[in-house]
Amino acid sequence: MPIKSNRLTASAYEQNFSDIHPPFDSRESALVEANRCLFCYDAPCIKSCPTEINIPKFIKQISTDNVKGSAHTIFVSNIMGAGCSRVCPVEKLCEGSCVYNLMEETPISIARLQRYATEQALEKKWKLFERKPSAGKKVAIVGAGPAGLSCAHVLSREGIDVTIYEKESKGGGLMTYGIAAYKVTPAFCEEEVKYITSVGGIDIKYNQELGKHITLAELQKSYDAVYLGFGVGLARQLNIPGEELEGVVDAIRFIYEIRSGTYDKVPVGDKVVVIGMGMTAIDAATQAKRLGAKEVTLAYRRTQEEMPCTETELNIAKLDGCRIIWLAAPAMIKGENGKVTQLVCNLMQLGEPDASGRRSPIESGEQFILEADMVIKAAGQIPFEELVNNNQLQHAHGKIVSQKNGSTNIPGVFAGGDCVNGGKEVVDAVQAGKVGAAAILEYVAGL
Amino acid sequence: MADITANFLGIKSPNPFWLASAPPTDKKINVLRAFEAGWGGVVWKTLGSQVKNVSSRYSAVNYNGSKIMGFNNIELISDRPLELNLREIKECIKLFPDRAMIVSLMADNTREKWHELIAQVEDTGAHGLELNFGCPHGMTERGMGAVVGQDPGIARLVVEWVMEKATIPVITKLTPNVHSVVPTGKASVEAGTNALSLINTIQSVTGIDLDTFVPNPYVAGKSVFGGYCGPAVKPIALKMLATISQDPVTSKVPISGIGGVSTWKDAVEFMLLGATTVQVCTAAMKHGFRIVEDMCEGLNNWMDEKGFNTITDFIGKSVPHLTQWEELDINYHIVANIDQNKCIHCGLCYIACEDGSHQSINLQYGRPYNTYTIKEDECVGCNLCKLICPVDDCITMVEQRKGDEYINWKEFQERGMPLNDH
Repeated sequence: MPIKSNRLTASAYEQNFSDIHPPFDSRESALVEANRCLFCYDAPCIKSCPTEINIPKFIKQISTDNVKGSAHTIFVSNIMGAGCSRVCPVEKLCEGSCVYNLMEETPISIARLQRYATEQALEKKWKLFERKPSAGKKVAIVGAGPAGLSCAHVLSREGIDVTIYEKESKGGGLMTYGIAAYKVTPAFCEEEVKYITSVGGIDIKYNQELGKHITLAELQKSYDAVYLGFGVGLARQLNIPGEELEGVVDAIRFIYEIRSGTYDKVPVGDKVVVIGMGMTAIDAATQAKRLGAKEVTLAYRRTQEEMPCTETELNIAKLDGCRIIWLAAPAMIKGENGKVTQLVCNLMQLGEPDASGRRSPIESGEQFILEADMVIKAAGQIPFEELVNNNQLQHAHGKIVSQKNGSTNIPGVFAGGDCVNGGKEVVDAVQAGKVGAAAILEYVAGL
Repeated sequence: MADITANFLGIKSPNPFWLASAPPTDKKINVLRAFEAGWGGVVWKTLGSQVKNVSSRYSAVNYNGSKIMGFNNIELISDRPLELNLREIKECIKLFPDRAMIVSLMADNTREKWHELIAQVEDTGAHGLELNFGCPHGMTERGMGAVVGQDPGIARLVVEWVMEKATIPVITKLTPNVHSVVPTGKASVEAGTNALSLINTIQSVTGIDLDTFVPNPYVAGKSVFGGYCGPAVKPIALKMLATISQDPVTSKVPISGIGGVSTWKDAVEFMLLGATTVQVCTAAMKHGFRIVEDMCEGLNNWMDEKGFNTITDFIGKSVPHLTQWEELDINYHIVANIDQNKCIHCGLCYIACEDGSHQSINLQYGRPYNTYTIKEDECVGCNLCKLICPVDDCITMVEQRKGDEYINWKEFQERGMPLNDH
């Protein structure tokens, strides 16, 4: 049962990783959908979008052939509106609250329409924002992910000179490195970063990691304010025997490899077990299958009722042929010659609700064995606790404690996105960046 | 099964659906196909003096993704040789003797020309004549078409010429490009026309190309006013038809209704306002002759449901329901009611009432769904919310009379009752 790369032909890779939500193929088809929109007042879809994009307005603008205006409406609320149109779990956000759901009708394809407008903006390089004259203030941002880029764009529009320090060699953060390739391609992410920074006044310094190449103290000294948007990234360990065996990988690393290289270079097993049922678990399982794994099983310690991923995501995994095992908690990984051969699971049952309000899994006493040559851990990500601690930032288990406006316990240092919330959607990070930028503008104005 | 045959001045057709004088009726090949599809009759595209057409000829108004809500043309009367048209008319009558064959005419403006044309057409065996007093473009510059229809005196004169010669029923087709169709209608009836038809097309500019600044339809960098028709003109046509049905002189003759008829329902509405037959063009140009199938079946089913045996059972039935404003019952009052179980919280009723009517809807904020309720004391019963609501029967108008008795404006004033209750 070998783990190996290069399992498929080039055309098979291309097909497996092609766009899962293809765009409208013509203006006419976009208009048919745009014209379905009821143009609700105080629309539920707006209230269900963390960045509060004025959705009825941008859809109306598509229907009047004012696509430029439509793109502006989207970007003014969400500068990553192009990426979000591909990666947002819209079924639990805007589309999930579309009033058509209440009529038992298909909701408006908001994401697809958003993609229609924003994609043209990126392709045609529409200049939709003017930078104000320089305000003579400088702000450093750590992390060129959704929170950092969103913050940078707002600041730059207001005439602030922004420098972003990014530890990777590309911007976009988890959008670039942590999401299934059939949703967004690395090339698209690069284009999006380029489009965002085209407003001017944003200098991204790549391969600069906080705590390694730069320090918070230096940034505080050289800039009027600092925004931290470095995300999370460490995979939660299972703390079970056998975790060190060859063939046990974490999902973040696995997806990172898919995103940063070519598909044929990423090794995958014959029989893969993915532990967890969040969005990352789904992305890992489906991509393992699409890389050519013969069998992929998702093992989750609770049931479908409690799973963190959406039903739409679960259905992608099911349609890809992944097997789902509920109430299965990893107990031990067994191996031969240092390589994984089996995953021993505890069969769980549901007990009383826990702090999250979901019924907690408790061991039933029974165990079962899954044959496996690869185990992918997707049991959540943990924050950079050591980094946060070393910089005297107030935190809760590694998550930076910030006020509603993004300010931290250190004056002039603001934070937002995954490093504060512990890991949410891209769209949440974009909103955090906007909120942080507003607070920074107020702060630097008072200096 | 109801009997849907029509008898229009003795001209019989298996159903009341005729194709109006237009491109679908301009030659044998079309007309035979129309008859095969089931159309009850045709009005052959206008014959008259020789013309030359231009390219392009049509333009349209689309609405919210729906094509051809309104349609416009700058085409003239038939540009085929008269002899060819006459021969083909004769052949069509021979092949489909049970269908109505009316021929539309627009002769040069002399008595002799009209007489000559009528004689030629009657030789074909056609069942009736329709006088084109309505064409709004191209012919008017030559003293024909709408120019005749817009002047009751000229219309009267031409109808008199026609009636001197014609031995088959004559229908006078009225132009809507007037403040009222009644004066010309009245003059035509007084001059002896056997029937009226209306409306012809309405002068229009359907739109402008925002890149070239040239209005539609485009002819080598220029355009002209065209004749507007299609679903968009139906309400105007119905109103004009109603005025003809209400007038004591014009209501004496049968009417063929025209203007945006696309379905059996539209046709029934025209008939309820006094039309004996209806004429269709735009819908057939858009969808083809096949639409007549549902028109016949739909009319038949509706008549069965309502217990009507023949179409004369309901022709004109809605005319008495149209009155003068000052006769309306002021004590009649309705207020809107929102069925909360059906409400989808789109807020369209709220914003329409708030910005466009009487601020009579309450908004209670919610995430993500707001709750909307009617302020009954404020509601004037205007219908706006109900018209806008996307859910069937979610908003209903409930009767809450202001008083038991019928009271109209005149009486209301005489009694000095209070005004400005809002």
